[in-house]
Amino acid sequence: MKQFLRSGDLFIWLTGVFLGICLLMISGLLLLIGLQGIAQFHPREVHFIEYQDQEGNRLLAFGQIYSSEQIPPDVLQQKGFRGASQREARRYLVRVGNRDIFGEDFKWIMGPTVTRDTLLANALVLEREENGNAYGILTTLRAPRGQHFETELDAWRAFERFHPLVRSLVHEVRDIEKREMGETNDAIRSLRLELRLMEYELEQGRLQPDQFQEAQRHIDAEVSKLELVLARQQDRIDSLRMHLAEYEIGLRVYAPEGEERVRIPLASIVRAYKPNIMSVSQTIAFYGEKVWEFVSDDPREANAEGGVFPAIFGTVLMVLLMSLAAVPFGVLAALYLREYAKQGLLLRIVRIAVNNLAGVPSIVFGMFGLGFFVYFVGGGVDRMFFPERLPNPTYGTGGILWASLTLALLTVPVVIVATEEALAAIPRGIREGSYALGATKWDTIRRVVLPSATPGIMTGTILAMARGAGEVAPLMITGVVKLATEMPFDSTFPFFHLDRKFMHLGFHIYDVGFQTSNVEANIGMVYTTALLLIIIILLLNLTAITLRARLRRKYRLVGF
Amino acid sequence: MEIVTELQQTLAETMVPGNLDTDRHSQPKIVVDELNLWYGETQALYDITISLPERRVSAFIGPSGCGKSTFLRVLNRMNDLIDDVRLTGRVLIDGKNIYDGSVDPVTLRRHVGMIFQKSNPFPKSIYENVAYGQRLLGKRKKAELDEIVERSLVQAALWDEVKDRLNEPALGLSGGQMQRLCIARALAVEPDILLMDEPSSALDPIATAKIEELMFELKEKYTIVIVTHNMQQAARVSDVTAFFYLGRLIEFGETRKIFTNPTKKQTEDYITGRFG
Ligand SMILES: Nc1ncnc2c1ncn2[C@@H]1O[C@H](COP(=O)(O)OP(=O)(O)OP(=O)(O)O)[C@@H](O)[C@H]1O
Ligand SMILES: [Mg+2]
Repeated sequence: MKQFLRSGDLFIWLTGVFLGICLLMISGLLLLIGLQGIAQFHPREVHFIEYQDQEGNRLLAFGQIYSSEQIPPDVLQQKGFRGASQREARRYLVRVGNRDIFGEDFKWIMGPTVTRDTLLANALVLEREENGNAYGILTTLRAPRGQHFETELDAWRAFERFHPLVRSLVHEVRDIEKREMGETNDAIRSLRLELRLMEYELEQGRLQPDQFQEAQRHIDAEVSKLELVLARQQDRIDSLRMHLAEYEIGLRVYAPEGEERVRIPLASIVRAYKPNIMSVSQTIAFYGEKVWEFVSDDPREANAEGGVFPAIFGTVLMVLLMSLAAVPFGVLAALYLREYAKQGLLLRIVRIAVNNLAGVPSIVFGMFGLGFFVYFVGGGVDRMFFPERLPNPTYGTGGILWASLTLALLTVPVVIVATEEALAAIPRGIREGSYALGATKWDTIRRVVLPSATPGIMTGTILAMARGAGEVAPLMITGVVKLATEMPFDSTFPFFHLDRKFMHLGFHIYDVGFQTSNVEANIGMVYTTALLLIIIILLLNLTAITLRARLRRKYRLVGF
Repeated sequence: MEIVTELQQTLAETMVPGNLDTDRHSQPKIVVDELNLWYGETQALYDITISLPERRVSAFIGPSGCGKSTFLRVLNRMNDLIDDVRLTGRVLIDGKNIYDGSVDPVTLRRHVGMIFQKSNPFPKSIYENVAYGQRLLGKRKKAELDEIVERSLVQAALWDEVKDRLNEPALGLSGGQMQRLCIARALAVEPDILLMDEPSSALDPIATAKIEELMFELKEKYTIVIVTHNMQQAARVSDVTAFFYLGRLIEFGETRKIFTNPTKKQTEDYITGRFG
């Protein structure tokens, strides 16, 4: 035993065990998020459940089972299900949908009360623009020019025929609304701004009243022309909507007390499928379609459904902007600290301060960002360059630029520390070799030191990106929003709008998961978004790591 | 005593008789006058006065830690880069004190090249290593650079081994090749003086022989100062030899004389291997 302790094997074992525990926890986390995230898009079967309430009344439920759990024995006793076996003693969370009719999306059903549970072949799931899913059986379909389809089969065929057409019209409406009318509105707004600027100059006495009136007449004319355009666009939308309203389906839904019939406009249906009779290939196609929707589409239903594309875009753009700011700053600061500053007490204090900066809670950085970047710098920019828009802020409010800079501040210590280490690791001999050939200090830094330190700098960048991409708290007060109507990058000049608010996956998780009353419906989305966030950070890091590996190979540099 | 006879033999084989005559006519290239040097509080060099001949090989020998490297680094002001180094005295190169306020150490180092005890190629390609000094001088033309790189590598007896892999990383070369690369790199800026700090300490006999051969060729154009622990090497390649001990210059003179008939007991003890 003594021998064993002496040999240090125990220590090796301990290190191994601890490493194992760490790996286990990390892989457990990833597995949980991965599985839950992936399961989100699975087309669950629709159950037709008959059960009884306390008084023995027969009730119905029609929907997808989201989860189930064991009922504790005492609850079981209390409710009087003495006879129930352990296996049956579960309760099921059923998504019955039809929120607009029943009020609630989810319902718990006690296993022992279930009298019948069947899977109907023609059970239909409708994903809608609003009010969540609808579950039911298709009965009729009504289309323009008196077309009626009265049997389930006919209606379904008609649905498959008309639905793509209807959706494309819906998209057209949306396009007119968002893009065309948006552009017209922008033009009107900028004309008004121009006028406002002139008023401002008039007040300042830099413009003659007659000049002003002339300009005002001109602008008014332009504006009324544009308003005409706007009205025409509105007309087009109205007529399209009228046409769309003529497509409608009839659905038999199951309220607890019995069946009901409802009509649902075709235009509001995003997707319809019959999960109980899907073949494997259909399931896969469905799955792919959902994943694609998730990464490429805008969110709908208060972010609970649809895609997260704006959030992906916002996250990636923010991380890139942040790196663009943090890396040069950190590298320059580290260069000064390591190469130029006189070693001594002051430098030591500065170094300790920098290291500690990395440990400051991120919300504190957020507050600083809000106070300094948003109010001070942004407000200053507004007063300097956009006085005519005040009191409406342009840069004096949260936006992707300020959020990125705040995060850059937060991550710059990481870059500094990593760069300093990389610089310190460069052998003295290499520098001396450079000096001996008649290089100045700057030559040496530029041609030898910095290239050799690049892999280390990249390591710092990777760490900073990973840290920055996962931060949420400071963003919440510097420019992130639940739903951004405009992206920070679009087709209107100057293409990058860094003053705009943006969406972020981390905040999206928080918002979808915890800022809602409909937790059960959203929890899947939370996991999926978390998975996506992890994947994106992984991809960003992977890119940087490959780049670094390539550099190392190129120069045979030692690793840091 | 056996060692002494062996050395005398080596000397007899390698030294050209005419050399000694010309030596008398050789101008002093480097003159050091009353040099003292301190690292912080500790003095590393004491009262060194010496003059090294132009276009000759001067060898510095002495036990480890006696200050050979330190003295060598005085000659191209490499010690400037170390904090806390202080020195007194004068170092004249071509009659000009290099520690004069008007002398720019960067320019000085272009004329006084150095090859280090530990080879230190840059983490760049072989080509870029050799072209480095010329690039510093602002040379950009590919053709000119190509020519300089080739000439320097040929001079350093490395060309044949690397001519097909000039763009590969220098750190992939063998230790001996790296050392010759550092020599080529130093030659590429065409200095007047070459300071070599144990250039062959890490090399096998063949590579060592190549470097020694190289020194014979180079001394036609360059003034060479070499630090070595290898007595045979000092005897073979150098024209004059200086023996250092504990930071002092003990004895200095023609190599033949130092090795055959040293005047100081310490020198004799060191050469014959009784200490050091
Ligand atoms: N940067 C330094 N700071 C302080 N002392 C130093 C420094 N470099 C060298 N010394 C000291 O100066 C003395 C001479 O060192 P130097 O390197 O010149 O010896 P050397 O003769 O070249 O030895 P070797 O043959 O082992 O290379 C030694 O005592 C050494 O400890
Ligand atoms: Mg030495």
